[in-house]
Amino acid sequence: MQQKIRDIAKALLLKKELDLIIGFGEGSLPLRATPIFVRTPEEADQLVWNSFCENNLATYLSKFSQLRVGLVVKGCDGRSVTALHLEKRFRNHPVFRIGVACQRMVDRRKVRKAVKGEILAAYEQGDRILVRGKDFEVSLNRGDFLYPSCRVCTRRTPSPVDVLIGDRVEEIPLIETHPEVAAFETMSPEERWRFFERETSRCIRCYACREACPMCYCRECFVDNSHPKWIEKGLAPSDLQFYHIVRAFHQAGRCSGCGACERACPMEIRLTYLTQRLNRDVKELFGFEAGIVPDAPPPLSTFDTEDKQEFIK
Amino acid sequence: MDNNWEPKILAFLCNWCSYAGADLAGTSRVQYPPNIRVVRVPCSGRINPLFILKALQSGIDGVLVSGCHPGDCHYLSGNYVARRKSAALKRFLEYLGIEEGRVQFSWVSAAEGLKFSQVVQEVTEDVKKLGPPKRLVKRK
Repeated sequence: MQQKIRDIAKALLLKKELDLIIGFGEGSLPLRATPIFVRTPEEADQLVWNSFCENNLATYLSKFSQLRVGLVVKGCDGRSVTALHLEKRFRNHPVFRIGVACQRMVDRRKVRKAVKGEILAAYEQGDRILVRGKDFEVSLNRGDFLYPSCRVCTRRTPSPVDVLIGDRVEEIPLIETHPEVAAFETMSPEERWRFFERETSRCIRCYACREACPMCYCRECFVDNSHPKWIEKGLAPSDLQFYHIVRAFHQAGRCSGCGACERACPMEIRLTYLTQRLNRDVKELFGFEAGIVPDAPPPLSTFDTEDKQEFIK
Repeated sequence: MDNNWEPKILAFLCNWCSYAGADLAGTSRVQYPPNIRVVRVPCSGRINPLFILKALQSGIDGVLVSGCHPGDCHYLSGNYVARRKSAALKRFLEYLGIEEGRVQFSWVSAAEGLKFSQVVQEVTEDVKKLGPPKRLVKRK
């Protein structure tokens, strides 16, 4: 798989069909892959593909709108590209999608918590992950360490793509509903608010969730507006809650459910229970899923005269 | 809770229908609770969910959003778009644990002075039952 990505990237750059290919490279830490920007055929050999390619690479597209960009996409990244395309983000050049059928990504934090001591190296061997530290070596079952958003994923094969690497995979979720959404829903409103309050209270307003999200491309985010000033700077609990409500709500009908926001959070704040639920609401209310149908208008920018309105007096 | 507590309710009324409806209620001398504070907006489609959240954060006890009936929008489709936004927002706020009834929506036409007064009465009663808000409010 990895070799095929390299070969295709090399060929595309040699033919000068593309100026830039964004893909994954070896991370500087174990259990990590890092986004890399390949401009020459030689650099294409740095491309890798493994279970740690967790970022959503569509995030970088807005920075290269003048170039002909090739993007290594998983199912969710591909959906984000489609969603961005729908919002007319690619006026100059369409994005060339090098699709890779995703094997579901591994939650590095969960791996780190499963072993004692610092991890110095990690390898993948089939469905095992070999983790080595100073005085230990453990083999872990890959399936136990997948991201929740990956476990519920039913769109692992990106579509549409310009090239597909690897075979299409069977689109069945490992679990039906997102475990955190399910757990959250069983709580009473008080408990739910308390949970939300507790999670957001850790927020340090670094905006990593916003930066990691391909759909958060506004030139000026509502948090940075000074006129009107929607929220204060600082860490007042109410402002943190406000930020998280609006950040999530702005993804309604646009989120591909990749979970990049949560993966980026340095404080490990749970975020996907918000966006995953919004995705479900949008699907129930408007029959829409982000990034599936290339020309269906975004649900909140359109309407149907027959939309439900039993909640309106 | 103090028995004499009266909620403050912020009402976003669209210029063409609900605001005129409120006006009609006034000129027809229809009584409705004085708990609402009206913000006139050009269209219910103008209402950004941020307005509602900001109101709640600022300590408003309840929010009412009101626009023209479907099909009657002065700008043809503003209220349809508002309906979608509202539906998603309402569900999301309730999912988070903000009480149902804190944020309410209605269609009131320019001819429905009586309906306007009923809506305000209902909303005021609902919010009174909920009591002062404890969630999302910014404490000074």
